Amino acid sequence: MNALSVKNLCLKFGDWTLEVSIELAAGRCLGIIGPSGAGKSTLLSLIAGFETPYSGDIFIDAQSINDLEPSHRPLTFMFQENNLFNHLTLYENIALGCHPGLKLSQVDQHQIEIALSATELSSIATRKPSDVSGGERQRAALARCLCQKQPLLLLDEPFASLDPRLRSQMHQLVNVLRKQHGLTVLVVSHMPHEVAHIADELLFMQDGKIKEHGDPDQLLENPIHPQLINYLEFTANR
Amino acid sequence: MKTPKLLTALICGVCLSAAESVYAETSTLTVYTYSSFTSEWGPGPLIKKAYETRCQCNLKFVGLEDGAALLSRLKLEGNRTSADVILGLDTSLIAEAQATELLAPHGVNTANINLAVTWSDSYFLPYDFGYFGFVYDSERIQALPKTLRDLMLNPDSPQVIIQDPRTSTPGLGLILWARKVFGDDDISAWETFASKIVTVTKGWSEAYGLFLKSEAPMVLSYTTSPAYHRHIENSERYRVAMFDDGHYQQVEVIARLANSKNPTLAQNFLKFMLSDDVQKILPTTNWMLPAVKTGQPLPEAFKESEIPKVILDFTPEEVSTNRKNWIKRWLGAVAK
Amino acid sequence: MRVLSGMWSGIAVVVFLLIVIGGSITLTAMTSTSVSLSSALADPYLIGVIRFTIGQAVLSTVISVGLALIVTRALARRSKFPGRRLLISLMGLPVVMPVIVAIFGITAVFGKSGLLNQLLSLFGMEQSFTVYGLTGILLAHTFFNLPLTIRLLLPAWESISRENWRLASMLGMSSRQLFRLLEWPSISDRLPGICLIVFLLCFTSFAVVLTLGGGPAATTIEVAIYQALRYDFELSQAALLAFLQLSLCTVAALGLLKWFRVFAATSGRKVDASDRPDIHSTTGKAIDVFCIGICAIFLLLPIAMIFYSGIRGPIYKVISDPILWLASGRSLIIAILATVISMLLAMGLIKSVRFLREKTKQQKGAELALTIGSMTVAIPPMVIGTGFFLIALRTHTLAHATLIMIALVNAVMVLPYLIRSISPPYIQAGEQYYKLCRHLGLSGLQRFRLIDWPIIRKPTAFAVGLGGALSFGDMGVAALFDTDGQVTLPVMLYHQLGAYQFDEASVTAVFLLLLCVAFFWAINQIIGR
Repeated sequence: MNALSVKNLCLKFGDWTLEVSIELAAGRCLGIIGPSGAGKSTLLSLIAGFETPYSGDIFIDAQSINDLEPSHRPLTFMFQENNLFNHLTLYENIALGCHPGLKLSQVDQHQIEIALSATELSSIATRKPSDVSGGERQRAALARCLCQKQPLLLLDEPFASLDPRLRSQMHQLVNVLRKQHGLTVLVVSHMPHEVAHIADELLFMQDGKIKEHGDPDQLLENPIHPQLINYLEFTANR
Repeated sequence: MKTPKLLTALICGVCLSAAESVYAETSTLTVYTYSSFTSEWGPGPLIKKAYETRCQCNLKFVGLEDGAALLSRLKLEGNRTSADVILGLDTSLIAEAQATELLAPHGVNTANINLAVTWSDSYFLPYDFGYFGFVYDSERIQALPKTLRDLMLNPDSPQVIIQDPRTSTPGLGLILWARKVFGDDDISAWETFASKIVTVTKGWSEAYGLFLKSEAPMVLSYTTSPAYHRHIENSERYRVAMFDDGHYQQVEVIARLANSKNPTLAQNFLKFMLSDDVQKILPTTNWMLPAVKTGQPLPEAFKESEIPKVILDFTPEEVSTNRKNWIKRWLGAVAK
Repeated sequence: MRVLSGMWSGIAVVVFLLIVIGGSITLTAMTSTSVSLSSALADPYLIGVIRFTIGQAVLSTVISVGLALIVTRALARRSKFPGRRLLISLMGLPVVMPVIVAIFGITAVFGKSGLLNQLLSLFGMEQSFTVYGLTGILLAHTFFNLPLTIRLLLPAWESISRENWRLASMLGMSSRQLFRLLEWPSISDRLPGICLIVFLLCFTSFAVVLTLGGGPAATTIEVAIYQALRYDFELSQAALLAFLQLSLCTVAALGLLKWFRVFAATSGRKVDASDRPDIHSTTGKAIDVFCIGICAIFLLLPIAMIFYSGIRGPIYKVISDPILWLASGRSLIIAILATVISMLLAMGLIKSVRFLREKTKQQKGAELALTIGSMTVAIPPMVIGTGFFLIALRTHTLAHATLIMIALVNAVMVLPYLIRSISPPYIQAGEQYYKLCRHLGLSGLQRFRLIDWPIIRKPTAFAVGLGGALSFGDMGVAALFDTDGQVTLPVMLYHQLGAYQFDEASVTAVFLLLLCVAFFWAINQIIGR
């Protein structure tokens, strides 16, 4: 049984069409790469419920989630930015993952403490997002995702704005946490080689379609699809 | 913090309206008047106190913005009005008030009424009167115009502030006054006078306030205005220019409503307004002259020399028919 | 159906406003015989009035907003100087002043015997400055609207992030480039809404135009409406004129609608202008000091003169009058009621507008709804008041509803201030956190309490404080209904004036202004913190 199953998902924006099917086993991490406008973020938005598909079905643990509100879907999401409310402290932002009204039980508080220490934020939990670094902000967002306790984690280029060292630290953190919590992960990235470090499988999209899907090393070493070859050459030269 | 405030406000609102309705169940005489009549400096509170001890009833004043607001309220309400008595229309509004057919004859003996002309109207009773006049600052004016003709036509006459006839009673009064003095020539008089007008205000308060702030040495007001400064401030600085060619008269009247639930009470109140008790307080509270001889002399502040010798007025019907046209003519002459 | 469920509050408010606006005009019109629009428009007097009304409103708007842009920029560039907060607070005063008090203050400075002419006479120029005329109208309208515009514009400037300033200084942008590339984009989306409010306020101006305009040539449509309603008792003429005024204002609003733009989301980082590259030059400093100084003198001198004459008045006599305190209490109740009603109306409308933008990406529809909320300024309070009066009369609720009606009319009149202040940050917050809120399941009251409220509380405090203070100092509406012996503070002020008590009135005026300030301050303490 697959943790995530996307069947013939279709969305149209004018001439542009997205058509995708994905099967992902529990505990696996799928990296999604491709040029801008390929539909990577749109795919995540569809899974998270921010966009409504034209047709097709999405299943998580064999349950159809098509008719669920975004907040009721068994997944968590990290955006590229605006992951935190600027007027709330890091602690409050993380606590929102436990209870959207900030009514916290003992168990919740304990849970937050664990998430804080896992992301090494305990000492600065009372600060506001504007008073901490970009890496700390994204760690806090990750901590909130942990508190939401959902099996599926969607990452929409959340570390793109961080420097390479921080980025690789964050990737390691994700790797550790997903193994600890048994998370299934979808991560969108425009840096094929970096995402290959945490991904169990890699998927290349262009023009709203999946062009290639396979083992990360194999996909990067021996690309078959001409568009992927082209894309990899371009990213390598940058 | 917001909820308690809202609650307090609501409770206060409910209490206020509840208090009003309790009030209404005892025998109450409702009098519509203009609001400065009922203010703490006006005659209203004194009259209320005196009348309530006498009649064993409640006297309820409903204060509206001015005489015109009074009439328009009456017209809006028509037969549904809760007024028993309407107090404070002036002679320029009488004809239109009469036309509403909401009023009842007063049925009061008018023999005591002491106006320049014999009062014969059977619906309206005059309770006080005054004259429009130009008040000046004696520290700033030496050469005084002797007539309205002089003021309006002489190139050396002082600058003045007047009120707009479209929005105020004295403003309309001046139109009528000039019409009396100049007749059909009022247009050219206004055209000459226009250069002397500093500004035309919405109401009396703006005009008189600007005058006191020395924006002009002269202002359109009432001949009784200096009496106030003498009586209250002990000052002779502000005086009125008495004109040989006359002053326009303003008479304030009271009437009762035809479908009043307390007709006797209403009629008694009309009589009471003409009694000595009320008449003697009017000069120093309403700053108008009593319509009935009170037996006692006017307060010292009111000088005999400030009572006009020549009195001008139109009949209410003349005012009612011509008012709009005359204002339009005035606009044509002054607005350029 | 899901779209409808988020829209009901806005639909309710829009319907309510349309009923209030249309209903009061219709009811007023139905009460007497009809007159035709064509015959009214053939009247050369009325044509002149319309032309003058539009002309002075356009001029006043251009001057007020133009000057406000200059001064606000100076204030934004000098984000720290001693007395800045006090100065900005004092700028709230002209807006809430009863018109007659402002007229006395303005003439004390610019009038024939005012400070300016006294100064000029020192140089041998006797009474050489005349305020009465178009000058006076423009001066007064600038006095009222310049500070309001500054208060509404300043947040737009402050929404530019520190990173943007640093970027600009790195790129070596000149002051002019800064304005064109950074400042203008962030203020231009608010400008049409602000222009509309100022235009409507000037368009419907009445006593100021009449008194400082110097003569009947300065007549606005509002004067004609007052005349028709009050002295001619031609209700249908009044309704017709009100309809005409509303139509002209609607045309102006729709014209501006074209320029309304999507609110751009901002970073929401710390506000600080110290990273601006153009604040260190000496010329820049000199210009800012000059602009702020002139503006401060222009606004504060008349206020100072009002306080000066109040201090010289019989303070004890006025303060010890119990009626003054009763009147203050009644005014306070009206202010609070009006504020609460207005807040409910504004939130109902803005909530749906944001919903509309989030769900359907309907930008124009959203702006249209906000514009309807702003149009209430274009209806003469006299006409709304008369409409409400007729409704109360027919439903036999007149005796109980006076206070509510006064509050209701005031609430409708101050609605535009609330909408213009609250909607930008509220909609911005929605845009920025829309996905996150949906993802976390934050909705309804929870979303409001945790996310929206902290973001809008400051602008809300400003608008509510302003609206409350305006209702507190309101004279026009309260005077429409019977006062029944219980007066409000502004009505008491008019009573004093009517009873020759000009010295007492100047004390009351200062007392009223201080209470307005206290109200404004208290609201900001309670909800603005």
